[in-house]
Amino acid sequence: MAATDITKITEKSNWQDLTVGNQVYGAGTSRFFKTGEWRTQTPVFHVEKCKQCLLCVPVCPDSSIPVTECKREDFDYDHCKGCGICAKVCPFDAISMKEGQ
Amino acid sequence: MAIRERLSGNEAVSYAIKQVNPDVMPAFPITPSTEIPQYVANYIANGEMDTDFIPVESEHSSMSATIGASAAGARALTATSSCGLALMWEELYVAASNRLPLALCLVNRALSGPININCDHSDSMGARDTGFIQIYAENNQEVYDNFIQAYRISEHRDVRLPIMICQDGFITSHAVENIELLEDEKVKEFVGEYEPENYLLNADQPMALGPYAVSNYYMETKMAQNTAMNHAKKVILDVGREYGGVSGRSYGFFEEYRLEDADYALVIIGSAAGTAKDAVDALREQGVRAGLLKLRVFRPFPDEEIAKALSGCKVVAIMDRSESFRGKGGPLGAEVKAALYDHAKQVRAYNLIYGLGGRDFTVNEAEQIYKDLEAYDKAGKQFEEYRYVGLRG
Repeated sequence: MAATDITKITEKSNWQDLTVGNQVYGAGTSRFFKTGEWRTQTPVFHVEKCKQCLLCVPVCPDSSIPVTECKREDFDYDHCKGCGICAKVCPFDAISMKEGQ
Repeated sequence: MAIRERLSGNEAVSYAIKQVNPDVMPAFPITPSTEIPQYVANYIANGEMDTDFIPVESEHSSMSATIGASAAGARALTATSSCGLALMWEELYVAASNRLPLALCLVNRALSGPININCDHSDSMGARDTGFIQIYAENNQEVYDNFIQAYRISEHRDVRLPIMICQDGFITSHAVENIELLEDEKVKEFVGEYEPENYLLNADQPMALGPYAVSNYYMETKMAQNTAMNHAKKVILDVGREYGGVSGRSYGFFEEYRLEDADYALVIIGSAAGTAKDAVDALREQGVRAGLLKLRVFRPFPDEEIAKALSGCKVVAIMDRSESFRGKGGPLGAEVKAALYDHAKQVRAYNLIYGLGGRDFTVNEAEQIYKDLEAYDKAGKQFEEYRYVGLRG
């Protein structure tokens, strides 16, 4: 039996339409959940100061620093919760934190 | 032909586990259930079964590992007693809400404190609202039979809930009785292979289990769980009937012992039913219309069926082997009284507490309860609404 497409389940769904035990079918579905809305502080990327050492990438708890061809890009603000760990580990002041979204 | 044997209750359920040969069994020892993982580990060491046995560091871990194995797609189980069950508390709810059809062999023992290793039902009654199906046994034969039916009930696609197969600590778990066992092939054919629809190790269909559910989902989830528990009623009856065809021993929600024309009845769970049956027989010879309802299935609770079975009685005594500290009786009393209120208001019911911490429950005591019920009925002699049986002072 094909598993239920969970993108069709919303906060308005009836109890009969939930999956058994709230099982989530499909991989990588957390991408659909925009945790960036939770942010009260926002990291700002200063590309001119960045040496591309990539120390910030593995410490991000939300995988919100995309890397392409060994170079980090600007933040994924859809998912960054603004924890500030990246700003703390950056040795070159290439990341600063600002108040608010 | 069935195999005639003599086994203790722990051996009996372990033998059933061997015959079912589930995939994974994490367990941690605790009296009086310790022998179950011990026997199973022996069977595995002797090459008689190929279940993966996981020795863990606590019951919190044994239930967690059982949940993990079940989520991965394995047929899994564990065993415990008393404080071991209490340490599993958090995971019991997780297993049920994740709708994992795993099994738990519970050997009923009093909860601490005071610390006590003997039988009462405070452990499983404390877990009555966790979402587990609960099935109880009077004797070794029943616990064997109940385990063989366990996965057929819990894995049924209309149910998919964890199941607790309970027996009385020491009274059945350690006492050796005659027993009839099914042949291995018959058990395998009856239980069948486990083929989960969705499971974590299915690489073709990635999935996640146990997500956070905000307020907009939690109540809907509980209703789905409750509906599954209601569906379990039909499945339990179907499986019990089918098992009768294989073994000659059919099972329902409860056993009615000389209840049909009874004026006075006891409602009781577990091994003490055997004691009460002796009292019923003795009283019947004296012309007292005594009967017994031995409850096998406590979750789902067969309220309408119980009320119907008791509807011809004048007075009943509901026997609880655990305290609920509501000041008026135990959990079985509360639920049976609610069932009577809804479906058979004419039946008067009393709630008695017996056998806590392994206190003996004797035939004489059971007879006296029936006599008290009769005295109340015939002479209007007041009966204490809620009292302890066999209490000093």
